Amino acid sequence: MQRVGQNERVPVTITLNGRQVTALATSRTLLSDFLRQAVGATGTHVGCEHGVCGCCTVMIDGVAGRSCLALAVQVDGCRIDTVEGLAGEGGALNALQRAFQANHALQCGFCTPGILMSFTDLLARNPSPTEQEVREVLGGHICRCTGYAGIVAAVLQAAAEMRGEAA
Amino acid sequence: MRRLEDAALLTGAGRYADDLPAPAGTLHAAIVRSPEAHARIVRIDATRALAVPGVHRVITGAEIQAISDPFLIVLKEPIDQWSLAVDRVRYVGEAVAIVLADDRYTAEDGAELVEVEYERLPAVVDPHKAIQPDAPILHERAGTNEVSSRRFVYGDPETAFALAERTVRITVDYPRSSYTPMECFVVVAEYRRASDSYDVFANFQGPFSAHPVMAKSLRVPGSKLRLRTPADSGGSFGIKLSVFPYIVLMSLASRLCGRPVNWVEDRLEHLVAANSGPNRTTTVEAAVTADGRIQALRFDNLEDYGAYLRAPMPGPLYRMQGAVTGAYDIKHVELINRVVLTNKMPAALVRGFGGPQLYLAIERLVQRIAVELDLDPLDVIRRNLIPADSFPYRTPAGALYDSGDYAKAIDKAVGEGRLEDLKRRRDEARAAGKLYGIGFATVVEPGMSNMGYLSTLVPNHVRERVGPKNGAVSMVTVNVDPVGSVSVTADVTVQGQGHQTVIAQVVAEELGLDPRDISVNLEMDTQKDQWSIAAGTYSCRFSPGTAVAAHLAAKRIREKVGRIAAKQLNVRPEEIEFAGGRVFARSNPDNGMPFARAAGTAHWSPVLLPEDDEPGLRETGIWSPPQLDPPSSKDEINTSLTYGFVFDMCGVEIDPVTMEVRVDRYISMHDAGRLLNPLIAEGQIHGAFVQGLASALYEEFVYDDAGAFLSGTFADYLVPTACEVPPIEILHIETPSPFTPLGAKGLAEGNCMSTPVCIANAIADALSIRDVPLPATPDRLNAIMSGEEPAPPPDLVEAAPEPRAAAGGQALRGRGEFQVPAPPAEVWRLLLDPENLRRVIPGCHKVEIVGENVYRAEVSLGVGPVRGRFTAHVRLSDLKTERFARLSGSLTGPLGSSEGAGDVTLEPSGDGTRIRYEYAITLAGKVAAVGSRMIERAAGMVIGQFFERLVTAVGPADAGETRPGLLQRIVGMLRRLAGGGQ
Repeated sequence: MQRVGQNERVPVTITLNGRQVTALATSRTLLSDFLRQAVGATGTHVGCEHGVCGCCTVMIDGVAGRSCLALAVQVDGCRIDTVEGLAGEGGALNALQRAFQANHALQCGFCTPGILMSFTDLLARNPSPTEQEVREVLGGHICRCTGYAGIVAAVLQAAAEMRGEAA
Repeated sequence: MRRLEDAALLTGAGRYADDLPAPAGTLHAAIVRSPEAHARIVRIDATRALAVPGVHRVITGAEIQAISDPFLIVLKEPIDQWSLAVDRVRYVGEAVAIVLADDRYTAEDGAELVEVEYERLPAVVDPHKAIQPDAPILHERAGTNEVSSRRFVYGDPETAFALAERTVRITVDYPRSSYTPMECFVVVAEYRRASDSYDVFANFQGPFSAHPVMAKSLRVPGSKLRLRTPADSGGSFGIKLSVFPYIVLMSLASRLCGRPVNWVEDRLEHLVAANSGPNRTTTVEAAVTADGRIQALRFDNLEDYGAYLRAPMPGPLYRMQGAVTGAYDIKHVELINRVVLTNKMPAALVRGFGGPQLYLAIERLVQRIAVELDLDPLDVIRRNLIPADSFPYRTPAGALYDSGDYAKAIDKAVGEGRLEDLKRRRDEARAAGKLYGIGFATVVEPGMSNMGYLSTLVPNHVRERVGPKNGAVSMVTVNVDPVGSVSVTADVTVQGQGHQTVIAQVVAEELGLDPRDISVNLEMDTQKDQWSIAAGTYSCRFSPGTAVAAHLAAKRIREKVGRIAAKQLNVRPEEIEFAGGRVFARSNPDNGMPFARAAGTAHWSPVLLPEDDEPGLRETGIWSPPQLDPPSSKDEINTSLTYGFVFDMCGVEIDPVTMEVRVDRYISMHDAGRLLNPLIAEGQIHGAFVQGLASALYEEFVYDDAGAFLSGTFADYLVPTACEVPPIEILHIETPSPFTPLGAKGLAEGNCMSTPVCIANAIADALSIRDVPLPATPDRLNAIMSGEEPAPPPDLVEAAPEPRAAAGGQALRGRGEFQVPAPPAEVWRLLLDPENLRRVIPGCHKVEIVGENVYRAEVSLGVGPVRGRFTAHVRLSDLKTERFARLSGSLTGPLGSSEGAGDVTLEPSGDGTRIRYEYAITLAGKVAAVGSRMIERAAGMVIGQFFERLVTAVGPADAGETRPGLLQRIVGMLRRLAGGGQ
């Protein structure tokens, strides 16, 4: 295991949305701060820094996780996927993003990146979630604007579209 | 139409306040906050903080006081508040010092090492106790905690009550809560010495009436406080007004350190100190006829604003003043409004702003009238509604309700089988032995506040002296550039309501363009943008206010472009039409030109302009509706411009064992006049509904009697998630407002006002109870239905020592025992030896003897998300060698403090020693706020680690090396106090 001294700054390399990036971190730099401040990927937001609100959710080696509860040095060498990597060529929104817009599933948009990452994870594992399953995953996020109704509808609609069913 | 905002927000391309780079050389701030509810600041020692590499400066209240003025407040009372505490702290979480460092991590290191010595003062938390003669006074110069009291009489309530067939009375308590936007406060402030001015970037939401307050505190004219707001903001709901004291603090810090200063509030700070709605107790009484017709109302409001009265408080107590009779045709009202201060965080804006408090009182009262007169509650509501043919309707307190058809809205809501369905579900549930109730709520929702309403707070003779205040000026500027592209700026801040989209729609409609071609920039800049005192996003002023100003500005552009085009097309200006990006003659559409060319004429070819038109193409629409008069000499006040209508009904089922409330069905009918964007309107209703649900069932800022704050994380302050939210059916009718050119009213706050009381009424119906505590948590409902929890049997409490309760804060007790494989004599020696203790106590840095049987220790402890360094002072007493010791003492640190006592008993057991311990301590500060569940668990872990280490210490390897140290107790205490990490 790598040892990092208290005041030492060490290079951390991650594959961020398919591109390798390297920046410096201390032993206590949170992954959320590393992404936002060292790498400049400000699409990932910080809402509580104690693991409840879900704003900072990213995919770590393909699994959704809280970037505020991970240290940058822990993910050295990992694949990190964030909201910035969701859209396709030329910024075309993917099915989940389009469904969020169509169902007014966001207002201020601050919690949205984390929610998109959680459902990117869910839909990869479970292409046909029930409404209850969607609510349970969404239960790991706090949204104060929308009342959640649009988000649930959006995820179900995106899932249907991704399964090839008519929207 | 879909929102123009979404493309950026869905791709991580939003530009929130903390996403933008700060100027080079910016220092990062961390704030040292008070763990005490009420205390004198004896001493602040920053020596150790300043020794941390990277820490540049520590600023205290004395330095702030020297270069700034206390914030202006609405009352004349001497309730001084600076942006840091001066001499005294009055609530847990109050900012005491600020540490500036190269980065936030280092600043927090420094903040932890700032030593503040407090001399505790008695605290008062209960507003009813705060107005007693013997209560501790928060602001001695004010001489009282009841800093404002006014009585209003409209009509002749005295006669109405004297003649009343029946009277019905109820007392309700509205709790403290907030709607906690997901993005916390952000400030970047830079002092510019050359011009003695401040340049600030912050996610402030308005009202910009706070701008003069900030400038005055900074001792500069308003033009020298440039305040800019970001393109995107992570929610606000009123809360981001309260960034303003921090704007001043960071501005002053920048001035003192000579560099830009950046501060990003964290969630723990936000919950403990950012903002809360005021808690209010209302006793309301109705004079009614036997058939439930309300003749008169009497209100007695006692509203608790916490430790300071920040502008524009006490707004919530007066915002509904004109509409205090709600949706009902009631002629006579008596109203007492009292403002009290207590040792809690200062209250400020929260969505609903006085509405939830008012309607909890009125609508609970209406339900009680039905119960006590044995009437159907819906009949009582209908019997008292303002008739549809009486609009515009002047209320006795002076509001001018613009339009509505309340009976029709209710008929539609209950119709189509909805009410029958609710009743059927209720009857079936009850037949099955379940607890089920139906609730109704009827709400008049104000939009666009009259800036004069708050002056109702002072008597007429004072108002006459200072001059009238009224109106609500809205401003929007539409700019058309030389190639005919349109950009718009407006006097609102972004919070997520889709204002860019709606403004683009309004302007595009007027100019015959596509909304996607309109660039709407809502980044406010007070030095460059149009704004007036009412600017900002709050109190539903967008649809009746700013949207109208946008319409007016676009109309002026249309008229001017029309005149320009008419001259070139050889038709009269009235003949000109705008559509599809073209300007053309109505009678001959082929006779036209592109909008861009007509508009460009104003820039490129002034020679072609009509005689009276000036070159350039930029118009500011200013909207100030004439209905918003100042208060009359009789205190009548039209508090808002528009008055929408909301009628809710719901069914709730309550688990008879757990008393958990589940909302089974919820129907919400809205009349907000013309809907500018139905998609966005529905979104606002869904959001407000869940916030109302939160106030009804989940969210509360809890303080204990001594002022300790107990809701400091999202694990303690319970925001509903998708799993708690029931489906809601939303209905609309539209009776356009005659007072706004677009016919639109506000609608975003209605369910914050209607939903808490609608659910409370359903709970009252389900349980047949009179008083419904909010939030209606299972433990509270259980206490009502089953009585308070019985005290534990005496044998369970007998041995627990009493905490030295003065500490204030939450009490924590525990006991346990542990077997150590060494004889009592050896264990005793170990427990009394400082060096051994240092090694055995988890997280211990140092233990020293400071007197006979008095120890001082430094330990690092953590609970959940908080971790910090504490200093413990422990005294041993009642020593019975090798058998018993009592410990008492205190623990202090940046995360809070505690006091307590504990007993340790040793007795031989087999080959070793059985150690029994028990303790009782109190907690205050951040450690109290994170919740006893976590603390108890953390305490258990630390105690367990301690004994494991003790066992290791007495193990065979160093059996010869023993030492005493009762400090274990201490340790245990410390640990649990602070909660223990590893």
